[in-house]
Amino acid sequence: MSLSMATPAFLIERNLDRCIHCQVCVRQCANEAHGYDHEEQRVYSDDMRCVNCHRCVVLCPTRALSVRQFPLEFRANANWTAEVIHNIYLQAATGGILLTGMGNDRPYPIYWDHMLINASQVTNPSIDPLREPMELKTFLGRKPEKIVIENGRLKEALPPQLELELPVMFSAMSFGSISLNAMKSLALAAEAEGTYYNTGEGGLHKDLYPLGHRTIVQVASGRFGVHPDYLAAGAAIEIKIGQGAKPGIGGHLPGEKVGREVSETRMIPEGTDALSPAPHHDIYSIEDLRQLIYSLKEATNYSKPVSVKIAAVHNVAAIASGIARAGADIIAIDGYRGGTGATPLRTRDHVGIPIEFALAAVDSRLRDEGIRNQVSLVVAGSIRHSADIVKAVALGADAVYIGSAALIALGCHMCQKCYTGKCNWGIATQDPNLTKRLNPEIGAKRAANLLKAWKHEIKEMLGGMGINALESLRGNRLMLRGIGLTDRELNILGIKAAGE
Amino acid sequence: MVTIDSRGIYYRDLNRMIKQAINDGAGEVVLKNVNGQRYIGDGLRGSQRIVIEGTPGNDLAAYMDGLEILVKGNAQDGVANTMNDGTVVIYGDAGDTMGYAMRGGQVYVRGHAGCRVAIHMKEYQDKVPLMVIGGRAGDFLGEYMAGGILVVLGLGLQPGEDIVGDFCGTGMHGGVMYIRGQVADYQLGREVKLVSLDEGDYQRLHAIVQRFAGYFRLNTSRIMAEPFHKLIPYNKRPYGDLYAKA
Repeated sequence: MSLSMATPAFLIERNLDRCIHCQVCVRQCANEAHGYDHEEQRVYSDDMRCVNCHRCVVLCPTRALSVRQFPLEFRANANWTAEVIHNIYLQAATGGILLTGMGNDRPYPIYWDHMLINASQVTNPSIDPLREPMELKTFLGRKPEKIVIENGRLKEALPPQLELELPVMFSAMSFGSISLNAMKSLALAAEAEGTYYNTGEGGLHKDLYPLGHRTIVQVASGRFGVHPDYLAAGAAIEIKIGQGAKPGIGGHLPGEKVGREVSETRMIPEGTDALSPAPHHDIYSIEDLRQLIYSLKEATNYSKPVSVKIAAVHNVAAIASGIARAGADIIAIDGYRGGTGATPLRTRDHVGIPIEFALAAVDSRLRDEGIRNQVSLVVAGSIRHSADIVKAVALGADAVYIGSAALIALGCHMCQKCYTGKCNWGIATQDPNLTKRLNPEIGAKRAANLLKAWKHEIKEMLGGMGINALESLRGNRLMLRGIGLTDRELNILGIKAAGE
Repeated sequence: MVTIDSRGIYYRDLNRMIKQAINDGAGEVVLKNVNGQRYIGDGLRGSQRIVIEGTPGNDLAAYMDGLEILVKGNAQDGVANTMNDGTVVIYGDAGDTMGYAMRGGQVYVRGHAGCRVAIHMKEYQDKVPLMVIGGRAGDFLGEYMAGGILVVLGLGLQPGEDIVGDFCGTGMHGGVMYIRGQVADYQLGREVKLVSLDEGDYQRLHAIVQRFAGYFRLNTSRIMAEPFHKLIPYNKRPYGDLYAKA
């Protein structure tokens, strides 16, 4: 065994004047960063084990703890940074693929922060949403070419639609990657606020069937838990082709996370790896995708919209056009900042494109081809707050998916260690001692509060623009101006520069 | 019994007629002159029987849960895609990706099968899917296979013809294949190994072959007289050591 080069990433600072050695930190840390010395009758810390999830800091009754970056520095080097060096040490020791969780954390430009929203002044007066009606209702699904009214009624039935009270849904996160209590929290919040959550590819737990009408059920390459009851239970079906955090690769849920309940829900034996192949092995073309879309429509008697989720990649506009023509009712596009429970670090940080560009390119392409009405666009991949949503809708999105933001509402502290299964906040874990820390009713309340707050903020910004229905903002890029962008970037986003 | 002449009927209409007949209580639906209509039996649940005369299109018996489908002809791609339960009997050949993610039920093919067959076939509790291919199968047989029983009999092979293609069992991490004939090492995925059969295997195979032979009026003992090879994965976690956990 060679010398380990590993050094701590974080420094646990314990204020000994405040610490009463009560061992709350010891009990709270699944990573065992805190311990208790029975002989000395005092708690101690092991920096090496700390992931900086703040659990102990938040729960310490005397505020004795804090955590910061471990102050060890290499000789200053802008090229060979500490992170690069540490990752080489780790790979030299293990020979393994670097694994991480959550979304891309590299300092690429955030284009949301380079767009500014318009407001009315003097003419076209602004609207006060506290006193006047403001419509955020959103329908997702194929819209007909034209509407024919006969005897005061629609002549033909509309294609199936999802009805959202606000243009926000919870992203696909599977039971297995997150806990059942986390899923229940999101499902109950979706029910309370009139939107939808998404099973991911982990199947639908039996406790969640009563909320099937708030569920988008996913069909991915592993087809875990996909059976007739599952397809019938959901309000819509989503075919997962790709995911922003790991475009082009599949997923491996490690066997140690496949306990009894995950096994029942995914319908695979306990303890086996749940391997999702990178491609669907029956999809090699747009025609093949059409076949899967229509097999699902046939199986559910054309009663539900079918969504196709892809990662935002270089040719996303052409791909989306193909998906629309393949018969999808909704296209979900996940940008390169999209989160996940586990992904290879290099793929997460270096593959894919920003959702802002992907959205603008896809919306423009579908409009140019005259098929924008055939699909609804849902975008994801780091929607952080209500202004991001307003900008997304103005760029052309029908709705957004939020994943990381929803988990942060439940208590996630973005430590990026979801893949270890030791989430101290009870979210990305199946350990019953940890999952019980997340009460689904409290979680639901917090997630619903976030949606409520964002709903008010969206209405405020809409009213400020003098717009009283979200539909009037959709694809209304005149409501955006770019700041600090090149001509080329402005061009792709289809917006003018601030001041123009 | 309800008989439907399928000639020239669009698949969506045909499938609506089949569902209507079954909802009206038909125990057996006979489809005559089937010519490429897709999705027959897709998502249907029950114990009825559908007899197909002709060539059904892709995704026959996809997501199906319990019915019996007899195909008096060849089948195309995607037979028994994600099938949960039921039986599909094909008197001719079958195309690619048959049994993708199939979780339960049985498929018997008298003739040959295409590529990427039984990919990600899985099993769960009492659900152990069974697929028997009378002739040969193409490349990537049983790729990512996670459970179930796959039997390839190699009946009617020409001299020098391989019983399976390349990359057989790549990524396989569950279930078992029985192959009646030789498989060269280079044809195998890295995650599988050839082992010899024990008495229990032969008893199990005998019962399977007997059912197969019953459908197609073949002689069980003549089929069983040739040696079989058994293919199993090295372990159920082929990629357990792939990652470095910081």
